[in-house]
Amino acid sequence: MASTFSIKHQPGFTAIAATCFVVLYLPIFVLVVYAFNAATSTSEWGGFSLKWFQSAWNNTQVIDATLRSFQIGAIAAILSTTFATMAALATTRTPPYRGLTFKYAAINQPLMVPEIVTGVALLIFFSRIKIFTGYSGLGYLIAAHTAFCIPFAYLPIRARLENMDLTLERAAADLYATPWQTFRRVTLPLLWPGILAGLMLAFVISLDDVVITEFVKSGGQDTLPTYMLGQIRRGITPEINAISTAFLLLSVLIVTLFFFINQKRN
Amino acid sequence: MASAEEVARQAQRKDIRDRWFLSAPALLVIFFAATGPLLIVLVYSFLTPGAYGDVKWQFSPEAWVSVFLERDIFDDTLSLAAAHVTIFWRSIKLAIVTTIATLALGFPTAYFMATRSEKTRDLWLFLITIPFWTNLLIRTFAVLQIIRNEGLINTVLIKLGIISSPIQILFTDTAILIGMAYVYLPLMVLPIYASMEKLDFRLVEAGYDLYASRFQVLRRIIFPLVRPGVIAGSILVFIPAIGAYVSPSLLGGGKNMMLSNLIELQFGQGRNWPLGSALSIAVMIIVMVALLAYVRNASRSEVRHG
Amino acid sequence: MKRKTMAAAIGLTLLASTGLARADGVLNIYNWGNYTSPDVIKKFEEKYNVKVTITDYDSNDTALAKVRQGGTGYDIAVPSQTFVPIWIKEGLVLETDPGKMENFKNVAPEWANPDFDPGRKYTVPWAWGTIGVVVNTDAYKGPANSWGIIFNTPDELKGKVNVVPEMNDVIFAALKYLGAAQCTDDKAVLKKVRDLLVAAKPNWIAMEYNTIEKMGAGDFKATSDWNGSALRQRLANPAIHFNYPKEGYGLWSDNVVVLKEAKNVENAKLFQNFIMDPEVAAGLSAFHRYANGIAGSDKYMPADMKDAPEVVIPADVKPLGELQRLCSPETQDLYTKIWTELQK
Repeated sequence: MASTFSIKHQPGFTAIAATCFVVLYLPIFVLVVYAFNAATSTSEWGGFSLKWFQSAWNNTQVIDATLRSFQIGAIAAILSTTFATMAALATTRTPPYRGLTFKYAAINQPLMVPEIVTGVALLIFFSRIKIFTGYSGLGYLIAAHTAFCIPFAYLPIRARLENMDLTLERAAADLYATPWQTFRRVTLPLLWPGILAGLMLAFVISLDDVVITEFVKSGGQDTLPTYMLGQIRRGITPEINAISTAFLLLSVLIVTLFFFINQKRN
Repeated sequence: MASAEEVARQAQRKDIRDRWFLSAPALLVIFFAATGPLLIVLVYSFLTPGAYGDVKWQFSPEAWVSVFLERDIFDDTLSLAAAHVTIFWRSIKLAIVTTIATLALGFPTAYFMATRSEKTRDLWLFLITIPFWTNLLIRTFAVLQIIRNEGLINTVLIKLGIISSPIQILFTDTAILIGMAYVYLPLMVLPIYASMEKLDFRLVEAGYDLYASRFQVLRRIIFPLVRPGVIAGSILVFIPAIGAYVSPSLLGGGKNMMLSNLIELQFGQGRNWPLGSALSIAVMIIVMVALLAYVRNASRSEVRHG
Repeated sequence: MKRKTMAAAIGLTLLASTGLARADGVLNIYNWGNYTSPDVIKKFEEKYNVKVTITDYDSNDTALAKVRQGGTGYDIAVPSQTFVPIWIKEGLVLETDPGKMENFKNVAPEWANPDFDPGRKYTVPWAWGTIGVVVNTDAYKGPANSWGIIFNTPDELKGKVNVVPEMNDVIFAALKYLGAAQCTDDKAVLKKVRDLLVAAKPNWIAMEYNTIEKMGAGDFKATSDWNGSALRQRLANPAIHFNYPKEGYGLWSDNVVVLKEAKNVENAKLFQNFIMDPEVAAGLSAFHRYANGIAGSDKYMPADMKDAPEVVIPADVKPLGELQRLCSPETQDLYTKIWTELQK
């Protein structure tokens, strides 16, 4: 009886999790390796080269598209997570009231229809507004992305909230904390992992969207996915790998920095 | 002279009003940029197809008829729209299998993440999402690179002498499943993680004190507690998987249509927008009814457990 | 500062040999993805002091749908010949009369007065090409100049053939294979088409667009494809050959139009004229890898395209090519039904 009994242990779970992480990173690893490929195709290895980084750097279209993707993704993720958090607070921990089911269905509606349909509907609707107002900026894409990201942010936050303990909040209220103080000091910290998960999901979903963006975008508003969609027919060059690798490294760097700063502060 | 009951009712009314204010931004954005425009699609489903896409403003129930019935193009007989049923069933089947696969992989992973020390949990959260910061298309291409005949898996297996000729994975349903499970995994992991992270392990301890086995603890204590997360994850995987587009067409070879291809065909080369609209509304209604039934059922059984 | 820019603009305009109005500002191009040569765009930007943006689309239908709804902010689009009549009929394009532009004299005679835009009132040729059969000769050594590779696949290629899922192109090829005319609405013929397709499908491994990469990697050993795509495949692997089917093959052409809602009409016209210059047209070809329809561009073409059999159609098979037309909505509806049945 050498090992101590850990209540958190479940047989096989760590192995599955490890497999999961390996499987998640394996394609990413391949993608990064092929960014350094000298050959023109993404399917054969032609020796080590940095030329795709150089050519991606010089391709303003792909750089612009990538930056635009991140910009839209960040704004849409923050907006949708904020709105989803508010909506989740409004639809959980309450006895059923009139309109609750309606809200639930409405918030999840963007999930229900294939993207192409939302795309066509938005095309028709937004075109009218574009012609009427003359404004054809990024606002439409941000609005569309925010809308379809809301259910993705909403569900994890709601799941977190659903059986969250009310006692701490009640205690805070009993100590004459204002509702805002209670929220800020008690609810929000408890809810934080849900919010973070929702934010991550919303960001990822926005980055991945092709179809809706394709229909909503105006002149000069390609995102990385719509740019790539146009390329599939004509063969994709490792330029895409290079730019993805660069942004991957950048995000890993930021996350690492963030983590260490956090660590220190704690 | 307000009675206590009335005060309580007023408080309740105020609470409900506050809740409407809180949910207003989300509802407004969704109405403006998702649901509202869909009303156009609903209207379109009752119109006549335009000659080259779009619609003619002329009422016609034809689109709805052809969602369910098909007229044979050669002998003009009417029969049940077998093609639509086949395609619909294929998409549902794939979505179910994907949901099960992601749950089987995602639950243990979320558990693993949630049982790390509090300091490192956010790091694990980032670690699991980072692969998804590169976009869907390129991730799918990377998966393709691994499973193709000359790809990583086959090369390694041949080098190790386990197989002598490559296994054809690409262009099969297995390839679609691998691609979809890969793409949708975070949609399962994150909600489960979010509801598991707060898991009170004193309950688990109590379980062991009562001589429960590890499996019993998992099934009777942990699983019921994280049920909301599992429900959320399943919804987030299942519904988008029904409309999946990229994995079936890039990894599955695109020989057999999925629901999204069928609808896209109507808005694209088929130039039958009313039929495309009617098909989408039909899908939406079916999914919405199924979802509400599922959620209602799930929360009811939760109450029973609690 | 502003005066300086003006001066520069005027200087540049004087340098420009065209007699058209001065243009500075922007030009928003809406084109197929990975189709627009960055070098040519840079030249245009420098010559006319115009900032160009390029936005991609991936199908004629998407482009048409978007432009028809309006408010897109694009000045220029590049629809295919089957779609040009629709764009004209629906009043989406501006009558810029390229036929009277200075560089129009360079347009090759066979593209100067096409059926889809008689007299070139609206359009300027961008690229044209063919659709045929591509075969990897390492896998199959027999004669490959037939749609039979796709519809009656030889044993060596069974389970290795891809079909590019362009509904109209596939049905066009099937009709040719059966010896029928394009866009027929003869139900007896279409029934044969359906039976042919349904019987052929089990021999196909896939129906997708991503042919350059997958032919290169050996996932496919044969495919139906566009000629420029075939050229790229051969340059990567000399065993890959493009074949002109003896039953007849389709011709297509993509054309530059100026949108009616364009805000930068003068720049758009300048662009239409600009790309009819032989050297510029060759620059476009060097990037998109298709022929351009401009006479005299041959001598500026890259060496690997000058006598590429994919781009320069050999004389003996030239008469077999036929420009694909737009079919009537009723016929299109029948096609869609056949297609749904094929892919169900």
